[in-house]
Amino acid sequence: MTASFVAQSLLNGILIGGVYALVAVGLNLIFGVMRIINFAHGSLMMLGMFTTYWLVSLLQVDPYLSIFLVIPILFGVGVCFQQVVIHPIMRAPEHNQLLVTLGVSLFLDNLAVVLWSPDYRVMKTAYADINYYVGDVSVSLVRLLAFVLAVGCTASLYFLLKKTDLGKAIRAASEESEGAELTGINVKKVYLISFGIGSACAGVAGAAVAPFFPVYPYVGNLFTITAFVVIVLGGMGSFVGAFAGGVIIGVADSIGAMLLPAAMKSVISFSLFILILLFKPSGLFGGRIG
Amino acid sequence: MDKDNATKRRLGRALSTKIWLMLAVLLILLHALPFVFPEFVHLFIITLLYALMGQGWNILGGYAGQFSFGHALFFGIGAYTSSLLFVKLGVSPWLGIVAGIGVAVAIGLFIGFLSFRYGLTGPFFALIMLAFAEIFHMVSKSWDQVGAALGILIPLKGNSPSLMQFTEKEPFYFMLLWIVALVTYFTWRFEGTRTGLYWQAIRENQDAASALGVSPMRFKLVAMTFSAGLTAMGGTIYAQYLLYIDPDSTFGVINSVEIMLRPIIGGPGTALGPLLGSMVLTPLSEVTRIALRAYSGAYLMLYGAILVIVVIFLPDGLMGMVKNWVRRFSKRTE
Repeated sequence: MTASFVAQSLLNGILIGGVYALVAVGLNLIFGVMRIINFAHGSLMMLGMFTTYWLVSLLQVDPYLSIFLVIPILFGVGVCFQQVVIHPIMRAPEHNQLLVTLGVSLFLDNLAVVLWSPDYRVMKTAYADINYYVGDVSVSLVRLLAFVLAVGCTASLYFLLKKTDLGKAIRAASEESEGAELTGINVKKVYLISFGIGSACAGVAGAAVAPFFPVYPYVGNLFTITAFVVIVLGGMGSFVGAFAGGVIIGVADSIGAMLLPAAMKSVISFSLFILILLFKPSGLFGGRIG
Repeated sequence: MDKDNATKRRLGRALSTKIWLMLAVLLILLHALPFVFPEFVHLFIITLLYALMGQGWNILGGYAGQFSFGHALFFGIGAYTSSLLFVKLGVSPWLGIVAGIGVAVAIGLFIGFLSFRYGLTGPFFALIMLAFAEIFHMVSKSWDQVGAALGILIPLKGNSPSLMQFTEKEPFYFMLLWIVALVTYFTWRFEGTRTGLYWQAIRENQDAASALGVSPMRFKLVAMTFSAGLTAMGGTIYAQYLLYIDPDSTFGVINSVEIMLRPIIGGPGTALGPLLGSMVLTPLSEVTRIALRAYSGAYLMLYGAILVIVVIFLPDGLMGMVKNWVRRFSKRTE
């Protein structure tokens, strides 16, 4: 194992870590505002990947322009999700809420299997073969762009939440929904919008990784678990935490890929998840769960 | 609340006399089922098998309120322990089933002790169970000593009851019929015992139960023991019945869903719930699988839809619906 090999894994880990952070931030927003643990978050990301895949392979749209369609589509899916299945169970026990999102995830993943078969698909784009070299370390353009997109998206969400009226309304509804209702905020609408934004984040993450990641119906499971690990690592409700958590998991993943056989690659993420939940449930950077 | 209790008592009295007598007669009649419908024996066996594991899940999830998304872990442990002992050392699966239960209980207690000690509840306990099941899934998939992704083929030694092998399917049916009947009966009897009531108290309000001197840790671990053991028992019987196991069908996430879906649909925290759930869901999933053969995944899509609909519209499962009918009926007869 040479130094450049280690550096390469570290770099790839950091780049994919940015995407993990974006997935986790969407999950976090939904949890923070509605106290719903969305087990179907990875499935929403899978829908984003497939949207980009079909736009690129059927209509020859540029994968990065496809994002402008992925955002409204996934926002719409998220709004429907909230309206149809989450709204009726807002006051149900926590485990029933989790079961409903598990049901949605099963439904969406297997809908994709029925529609598009369980095959792995690889997207062909002109960007895929472009690499830059820094010494012995190669920087793949598509991974770099995914990172830039994810960070850009996370940053815009941060500003949306902190600087705009909508953001204020979302934060108010998440802290004290009855109080927010009293000051004239339409909490139901805020919930719909928050779920839409969270889903759109998952969608953008999906579109961002589609150029270099195999596209298949069950791909979301991998990202759902990863997003939970990131949140548990970084602490609920923290942007910086999500980012740090994403990078840590990204690096751990690429070290795992280096040391373990392919089928066991994710053992490291799962083990980290268990260890952090058991021994440091408040996350590495404080904050708290639930 | 009072009305609820009165109904419960009325229901309990009715159940304890007439209905349980009817169920006993039904149990005897059910022995004829494989001879009346010989072409459906496989379906009956799978229905009973998942009812058994549903009972396992139900004790921890339904009664003690600790939802697990990873019961495939115990199923896989049961299936792999007995199969490895049989294939590698020639140990009879009757001993293997005991060993499988032992290993599953040990692992369950380890996970339970750690999780409950650190106060993990609700979704996080559910996910930690999933994470453990997935780790076993991935390890079994890449470890050659346990057959890796190809799994284990269990050699058929002819009709040898001492090795839990039968050339006919019926013996498995009778065996499972009695196991499920006994487990269901004892679960029902257990509801009213001290431990059963403590479980329900912990489920409803752990802090209150703990303030009254019920140790949540201790009783959750007791629930975990029964739960892991029953599920592992199902795993061994499954392996001996199909004579083949692989990582996906034992430790896979879908199997965890299969195990927990039946008690959730039937009515979590009721003795008859898992059986009722399995009687509805198993035939339904077999029919969809055959009818929609061309679309792999269609039956799982259906599972997802059923899960969403049941949790939204029937949060107490089919048993909740049955209890409502009984309540309405008994009101009318008074």
